[in-house]
Amino acid sequence: MTTATTSVSGPAANAAGENMRFYGVWLVGVIVLVVLPLVFSSGGSLTSFSLIGIAIVFALSYNILLGQTGLLSFGHAVHYGLGGFMACHMMNAVVSHGWPIPLPFIPLFGGLGGLAFAILVSWLMTKRAGTVFAMISLGIGELVASSSLILRSVFGGEAGITTDRTALPRMFGWTFGPQIQVYYLIAFWLVVSAIAMYALTRTPLGRISNAVRDNPERVQFIGYDPHVVRYLAYCFAGFFAGIAGGLAAISFEIANSAYLGAIQSGLVLFATFIGGTAYFFGPILGAILVTYLQLGLTSVTSVWQLYFGIIFIGIVMFSPGGIAGLLMMHRPLLRAGTLWTVIPSYLVAIVPTVALGCGVVLMIETIARYSGGEASAINLFGIAFNPRSPATWIAAAVLVAGGFVIARLTWRRIGEAWDRAATIARDRGYLA
Amino acid sequence: MTAAIEVRAVEKRFGNVSIIRDLNLSIAQGERHAIIGPNGAGKSTTFNLISGHIKPTSGEVRLNGDVISGLRPFEINRRGLSRSFQVTNVFARMTVWENVRCAVLWATGHRYAFWKNVDHLPEVREQTARILEDIHLTHRRDVPAGLLTYAEQRELEIGVTIAGGATVVMLDEPTAGMSHAETERAVSLIRRLTEGRTLVIVEHDMSVVFGLADRISVLVYGHIIASGTPEEIRRDPKVKEAYLGEEAH
Amino acid sequence: MVHECAVLELIVISSLNGVLFGMLLFLLSSGLTVIFSMMGVLNFAHASFYMLGAFFGFQLTKWIGFWPAFVLAPLLVGAIGMVVERYGLRNTHKHGHVAELLLTFGLAFAIEEIVSMIWGRSPVDYRVPALLDFPAFTIFSTNYPAYKIFMLAVSVVIFVALLLVLKRTRVGLIVQAALTHPHMVGHLGHNVGRVFMVVFGVGSALAGLAGVIAGPALVTQSDMAASLGPILFVVIVFGGLGSLPGAFVASLVIGLVQTFAVALNGSLASVFGPLDSPGGPSALSDIWNVTIAQVAPIIPYLLLVIILIVRPMGLMGTRES
Repeated sequence: MTTATTSVSGPAANAAGENMRFYGVWLVGVIVLVVLPLVFSSGGSLTSFSLIGIAIVFALSYNILLGQTGLLSFGHAVHYGLGGFMACHMMNAVVSHGWPIPLPFIPLFGGLGGLAFAILVSWLMTKRAGTVFAMISLGIGELVASSSLILRSVFGGEAGITTDRTALPRMFGWTFGPQIQVYYLIAFWLVVSAIAMYALTRTPLGRISNAVRDNPERVQFIGYDPHVVRYLAYCFAGFFAGIAGGLAAISFEIANSAYLGAIQSGLVLFATFIGGTAYFFGPILGAILVTYLQLGLTSVTSVWQLYFGIIFIGIVMFSPGGIAGLLMMHRPLLRAGTLWTVIPSYLVAIVPTVALGCGVVLMIETIARYSGGEASAINLFGIAFNPRSPATWIAAAVLVAGGFVIARLTWRRIGEAWDRAATIARDRGYLA
Repeated sequence: MTAAIEVRAVEKRFGNVSIIRDLNLSIAQGERHAIIGPNGAGKSTTFNLISGHIKPTSGEVRLNGDVISGLRPFEINRRGLSRSFQVTNVFARMTVWENVRCAVLWATGHRYAFWKNVDHLPEVREQTARILEDIHLTHRRDVPAGLLTYAEQRELEIGVTIAGGATVVMLDEPTAGMSHAETERAVSLIRRLTEGRTLVIVEHDMSVVFGLADRISVLVYGHIIASGTPEEIRRDPKVKEAYLGEEAH
Repeated sequence: MVHECAVLELIVISSLNGVLFGMLLFLLSSGLTVIFSMMGVLNFAHASFYMLGAFFGFQLTKWIGFWPAFVLAPLLVGAIGMVVERYGLRNTHKHGHVAELLLTFGLAFAIEEIVSMIWGRSPVDYRVPALLDFPAFTIFSTNYPAYKIFMLAVSVVIFVALLLVLKRTRVGLIVQAALTHPHMVGHLGHNVGRVFMVVFGVGSALAGLAGVIAGPALVTQSDMAASLGPILFVVIVFGGLGSLPGAFVASLVIGLVQTFAVALNGSLASVFGPLDSPGGPSALSDIWNVTIAQVAPIIPYLLLVIILIVRPMGLMGTRES
């Protein structure tokens, strides 16, 4: 999974070694998925893992658009949601008609639901790329989200459509009642979908999608219609988003209009972009982080979404390659052996940067509680701050201002150290 | 024998302004044809009209006898016409290898396939390797195109243009911005790679034009004022007046 | 006779409200269009500036009264817009238009969260100023509030002022050039940065102004940006991206259509009678029984789909992208 979408895996001289490493990474991934619930077996962590697995499939499907084809969609949750509804209706139909379809096949129908809608609308949507596509995807997203409240018989209105996953025919004697069984079902589909989506990047269509992303005009002069390429890529993205939605429907035993709304579309964009769109594994990191934060922060703070926004803005402004991009930046330095020259400047920068971060958190929490009329103390690293005391405001202001001024100096030092290390790495023949 | 490219009475208007008027041009099979003219004469527009990048207001363009004006660029490309761009225009985030390979995929019949592993297509691999060899970029194959030197990017642009095996190759100022040594290298590259194909080239460097072309057309204010062999063009008084008189070195 | 009066009343009132809503949309979409044409950035946070205008207007009205707030709040929003351009967009520009769009998307998200953090998620009590709190005139049985006339007047004044600036001033000429020849903007010279900042600031201030005046008439709430934003984008895609006349026509069309849809209460069932559906409720019976008012929220998006089929460039668009 460490292979960059932009990298080559042509007939390189050390192909055998590369292959070993490549399959090794996937194997490790599968082993982790199998072992994880044995290590953390509480119900809460199983639910969290399930949610993360669904989020990964969803984010990877989104990256077919954003990272692979250069299409920025603000309405990807439409396919996720329709996949979820499709799965719910299918499960209910299986039960009421007595069809011999066991639960593990249901996500496939979710995928087909997502795909069907993609086939229907995306020919029109993908005529144009860039900003126009982004706006149209937003419009289609709103259209479907609003329509779902009107077509009550299909979408169940505000309440949504409920289902019972345990009522389906069994497979291997599993009822899929316990969360652990659902977890393994999701893990299975996660592996299958991830492999399929990775394989897609290695096909002629996948490669041409990258070309369309880089330069849609030039693609026309090597024989391809960029519209067709975008259309096909969109259909695949819709299919895998539908699978993710189907998995969610199984996990929650419900599908409602929130599945296909703007917030869901925004979250998958956040996860994918924060993780990094240029590498296949980027969205995986992003989905893990965003889901983890979502689950972790909601219990700690009432304004968790604001932190998401701030992290996202920070990534867009300072590291548009996302976390994966940040990590992969270090690869040439690591190979050239110059990484150690950068580390001291990192260590120096940590202190003021953390101070700045604490200041921002303190300020946000203080304002949130002050205007919310709450008097409860803010607990930051075991220190209690009273939101009504001026000392708290002063502490926050000092941390933010002081942290920022000093942190900027240390960031500049990182930049200089980085440039030196990168120059040496380049001289030694390791390209970024 | 039908002409490779036949332009008949083509006009292109933007609003009320005629950029190209009554353009007639015939380029024989296997000919190396240069289009020259002062800045703003409409050379790039002519290229864009032939390759389908823009549509003519009136008139028609034929490729090997078939009308292609009005077709989309990729349809024209599939009929065997390929072009390069004046502004370097490769796929910046993809490697040199991937750039050329993408240009090979349609011609080898793999189209939009999503069921084949692109690394396991022997004919694609061989053709890509051959073209990289031809443009002398084999040692740079794993470098993202955006990180190549300017001259290397121009060579890659030529490689991408010829990779699909087009019979008619159009190069838009392939040596612009190159040093003298780089230009010589590029000219011999072009001569070798377009062997047996029809070449249409727009170029400012007269040494390149007169060294490479079998025939030359002179475009002034959207109209071809002369067309002929390099010798004829050199002697043509109209050309001297309109073009060479002021710019010949 | 009574029936006819009611119909006439509905038409007059809805037309007035529709034009008003359309003019408000144009206050927003004009800034958005000019910013897009000049800088290539579709400002996702434009509706958020509108929301900030409404909340600043509310807060300042509480502190210093409506009229000072009416002047100050848009200026404040304009200043925020300039800061966003100078320290946000300008640094992101090197990463391309997608990064810029994403930055404004993140910003829109953050602004919504900050607003609901400070003012809560429920509507605030932003009242019409006492000076304008009387019925302007009465049609049949409906009192038309003076405040709405005031809103209409403000939007018309701004509209005329914009027109004059565009036709008569240097900046206006630059903006016009940018609208017709977007690639020329790069040749403006060394002060291009300042022009961008001013244009972005003015666009934001106009959005803020729209918020200040719309706040008391509509609902001032932390989700108002999220609900208006998508309609705004429909307007500019519908009108043709980068076309100011297109944005104007589209604003009015969508303003009128949506206002009339909300006012009408018919459904297919009320016109053609109930549908015989033996199988109980189905998608068809849902559609049959839905009232036009219920469909109102999706009408802009339906219009978007239709225009994409009929005229992908938008109503008056000339550009591919």
